[in-house]
Amino acid sequence: MEKPLTKNIRRGEEPLDLRGYERAGGYQALRKAIKEMTPQAVQETVKAAKLRGRGGAGFPTGVKWSAMPPLEGSRHPRFLTVNADEMEPGTFKDRLLLEGDPHQMVEAVIVSAYAIQADVAYIFLRWAYHLAARRLQAAIREAHAAGYLGWNILGSGYSLELHVHSSAGRYMCGEETGLLNALEGKRANPRTKPPYPQMVGLWGLPTVVNNVETLCCVPHIVNHGAEWFRKLSLTADGGTKLYGVSGRVKRPGLWELPMGTPLREILEEHAGGMREGYRFRGVLPGGVSTDFLTADHLDLPMDFDAPQKAGSRLGTGTMIVLDDRTCPVGMVQNLEEFFAQESCGWCTPCRDGLPWAARLLRAFEEGQGAPGDLEILEQLCWRLGPGHTFCALAPGAVEPLQSALKYYRADFERHIAERRCPWRA
Amino acid sequence: MLSDIEKREIEQELAHNHQKRGAAPEALKIVQRHRGWVSDEALRDTAELLEMSPAELDEVATFYNLIFRKPVGRHVILICNSVSCHIMGYPGLREHLRARLGIDFGQTTADGKFTLLPMVCLGACDRAPAMMIDEQLYGELTPEKIDEALASYAK
Repeated sequence: MEKPLTKNIRRGEEPLDLRGYERAGGYQALRKAIKEMTPQAVQETVKAAKLRGRGGAGFPTGVKWSAMPPLEGSRHPRFLTVNADEMEPGTFKDRLLLEGDPHQMVEAVIVSAYAIQADVAYIFLRWAYHLAARRLQAAIREAHAAGYLGWNILGSGYSLELHVHSSAGRYMCGEETGLLNALEGKRANPRTKPPYPQMVGLWGLPTVVNNVETLCCVPHIVNHGAEWFRKLSLTADGGTKLYGVSGRVKRPGLWELPMGTPLREILEEHAGGMREGYRFRGVLPGGVSTDFLTADHLDLPMDFDAPQKAGSRLGTGTMIVLDDRTCPVGMVQNLEEFFAQESCGWCTPCRDGLPWAARLLRAFEEGQGAPGDLEILEQLCWRLGPGHTFCALAPGAVEPLQSALKYYRADFERHIAERRCPWRA
Repeated sequence: MLSDIEKREIEQELAHNHQKRGAAPEALKIVQRHRGWVSDEALRDTAELLEMSPAELDEVATFYNLIFRKPVGRHVILICNSVSCHIMGYPGLREHLRARLGIDFGQTTADGKFTLLPMVCLGACDRAPAMMIDEQLYGELTPEKIDEALASYAK
């Protein structure tokens, strides 16, 4: 089984330096793209590979790129921004790529920036990833010295500057337009779309924002072709996927597997199943902004479409397992407290609705839940849902809540009937 | 007054930003690295360098979880309270830390050594429960491991 994204990564060891990365076939995609392919051809190859965004939304990458304005008459600088903010709780996949193979990230940025003819690129890094920041800076210095970055790359006439921006920690920075505001030294409030960042992005200039894992696929697509990439997958969406599992499983961790690997295989084979004394009750399949899946869904292929048909989403592909010794109401309370805290406050439903939901859930946990509260929570799920807010934070926040109300309703009702949390001693 | 070294470091950041205010988060982090926190006076001086008003910069400073607008201890403990850590035992560890240090969230020990803060996801969910002290990550925490970690900070 091929694992292009993680083939150079040896956990616990130093990542490959420039020489080592080149010996492993690194910077070949850059040479090929810049010397043999037009930017248009790189875009077409990525489109044909059926690469979809790994940050959670699953938007086709090549299509996103093709919305950049044509070079002729374009305003400059044009920007590529790597979303390495990875603040979705339960998500730790991009950390592996950034720490484990920083030159892969750098090459991915250059090839992708070439495809959209960006002049400047930023890697917007999660505040907590101090080791990744150091390793990326070192890789960028080496790439500069080797002529892969900077003015007139490998004599091609194409130039690119690449900078690392370490954030100071706020969930909203992971939202595409919030991220752009953050890079402009403003609060990371979202912007109205349209206009989309390709037309009016960073500093009002043409900009593409892509996730780390998404971009890391690009050099491999350029090297081996679109058909090879599509065939890595078990389903219609191309490539491999980094799947992660945390919670009370035997082996929490992260694995690069074919896109569309069944949920059961990920949880039982790779994560080793539940720990002794714990039973599986459900899973948030891709970070906290996705609906619960239950034991009935274990045979779902984890691509973009199948979880969606089951009422959830692939999201980031990093899963959080709910066990029978954890209170589902307490878990959802933890999630809504998080969302309430991290809401930027820009729009009313999110700013006022999330603390309300969190307060109601806290009341359940403290034995103060009343029968009508379940209906209020359901109404909040609708009021904070898609179409009622500026960005995806609140609609994401209600995904685990609405599915918990569906699958764990009896547990909510027990809290009301017994006037306490049955999980508390 | 910002020190010469603070000014120099901030000016380096200005170079790779399209407009000066783009360097705001990094400038605040530079000041904090040198002083532990960002005082009103430091904020005002930094805003001047960035060609922002103090209010505009404070808007940014107070937006981020990791910019401290109040003094903190010599070491800042950030214990993760997000969902994977919650499932893996965060509530018990929170009580252990509170009792061990004799302080609540947002407080600093009397000797000025530790400040204790709750923090959202650290991206170490496969090693949950986790915490960070300054820039050092600690995973698979137990009360014993927390005690060990605390003891390793001699001053």
